[in-house]
Amino acid sequence: MSKYHVTTIINGEPTEFLCEPQLTLLDVLRDELHLTGSKEGCGSGDCGACSVLVDGRLVCSCLMLAVEAEGHTIVTIEGLAHGNDLHPLQRKFLEHAALQCGFCTPGVLMAAKALLDRNPNPTEEETRYWLAGNLCRCTGYDKIIRAVLDAAAEMRGGHVPS
Amino acid sequence: MLKYVAPSTVEEAVTILASASGAAKVLAGGTDLLVQMKSGRVAPEMIVDIKKISGISGIREVDGAFIIGAATPGAVIGECEALQKAWPGVVEGANLIGSTQVQGRASLAGNLCNASPAADSVPAMIAARTTCVIAGANGRREVPVESIPTGPGRTSLKPDEFIVEFHLPKRPPRSADAYLRFIPRTEMDIAVVGAGVNVSLDAGGICTDARVVLGAVAPTAILVPEAATALIGRKLDEMALAALDQAARRACKPIDDKRGTIEYRTKVAGVMARRAASVAFERAGAR
Ligand SMILES: Cc1cc2nc3c(=O)[nH]c(=O)nc-3n(C[C@H](O)[C@H](O)[C@H](O)COP(=O)(O)OP(=O)(O)OC[C@H]3O[C@@H](n4cnc5c(N)ncnc54)[C@H](O)[C@@H]3O)c2cc1C
Ligand code: FES
Ligand code: FES
Repeated sequence: MSKYHVTTIINGEPTEFLCEPQLTLLDVLRDELHLTGSKEGCGSGDCGACSVLVDGRLVCSCLMLAVEAEGHTIVTIEGLAHGNDLHPLQRKFLEHAALQCGFCTPGVLMAAKALLDRNPNPTEEETRYWLAGNLCRCTGYDKIIRAVLDAAAEMRGGHVPS
Repeated sequence: MLKYVAPSTVEEAVTILASASGAAKVLAGGTDLLVQMKSGRVAPEMIVDIKKISGISGIREVDGAFIIGAATPGAVIGECEALQKAWPGVVEGANLIGSTQVQGRASLAGNLCNASPAADSVPAMIAARTTCVIAGANGRREVPVESIPTGPGRTSLKPDEFIVEFHLPKRPPRSADAYLRFIPRTEMDIAVVGAGVNVSLDAGGICTDARVVLGAVAPTAILVPEAATALIGRKLDEMALAALDQAARRACKPIDDKRGTIEYRTKVAGVMARRAASVAFERAGAR
């Protein structure tokens, strides 16, 4: 089968890969580039575990062909921390115990990052709607929402009113 | 064996589609197409990704009219303040499609051409008298959006044709639209019924023009002229609402499924038409 040559920037690094046309970006991230943080929960756009940013926009990497990544800039969960410094969202998820099995967590974190990039001060309702495409089957959503709002407050340099 | 091509001009895309030997599929956001390819429901031999065509994504305002590129994602539509102001119902419909992630990709053309009877952007687009520009081997043609879907999963487009852009007309003063859908939960579900209403009012609040469109209650979204007649020449009083409700219910030819029985969908169609009309009148009156 003929392969396609794709040139992208992933987590700040110029990255090239060869892929078959039917493979999704998620397939290539995980199996070719060994960036296994993005998860496949459903493969049909319903769970959000595969969420990544493409040119700053949140998308399901399971619903994008890898060849479509040509010329685009991608950020995955592996690009969220700076070296050993966790992103505030990651720290707050640990502090609030906003994860159990952790399968949904990379996708939730990427979605939350996309939210805070646009809106540093979202309401609880806005946060819940924004994250409606990220399913969590074990933690429940309260801790996730609290962790996101707390991270937002910290990033604004303030505190969440209790 | 699957082939992928990403032409950079409309003409190139048409040439590829016209000379494709096997089944070719246009790819916009992929939020329907990829799901269907994975499940085996469609098995194209060639994918023609239109997103590299310049101008295929984005919104332009020309003398009060709007031109929306066929592949413009929902998120971009939602961020366009001028469009939101002129056509709040069209934006509402587009933004109800899926999650934040789906909004990052999902386009109006994909929503229309996937031809689901429950497609959320379609009733408001029809109510708004949206037209689409189609490119094909015989050149370009412009047709009303309602002429595209012909039944569930079927469209009137020929194999060499695809939608390039949508046109929304300039509006008279005191005009507004609204789209509402009913789903059993608040997010991430398929419409049981959708209703799009577009109205213009005179200075006294009397309706001078109306379009009422229902989704998910027939094989395609349906324009209901009798429902518009119920509104035109009146204020939105109890009598007008009752006549609208009745006309909307009469137009329904729904299916029975797990989301709703025929009786339920029919009843809800009347309710959604009334509510969408109330929102549209209120918006128009505030202008
Ligand atoms: C999790 C999830 C939730 C969803 N929720 C909703 C919802 O709430 N409401 C709703 O209405 N839909 C929903 N959808 C369906 C889908 O997201 C929408 O129909 C979307 O608008 C499709 O647009 P697209 O650009 O992704 O289309 P694509 O998948 O790229 O294309 C869809 C179809 O249209 C054809 N096509 C695309 N562009 C053109 C063109 N320019 N000219 C001719 N043919 C074209 C393609 O060949 C294909 O057959 C959901 C999907 C997912 C995965
Ligand atoms: S794996 Fe992509 S949305 Fe579930
Ligand atoms: S922590 Fe297990 S799915 Fe969310």
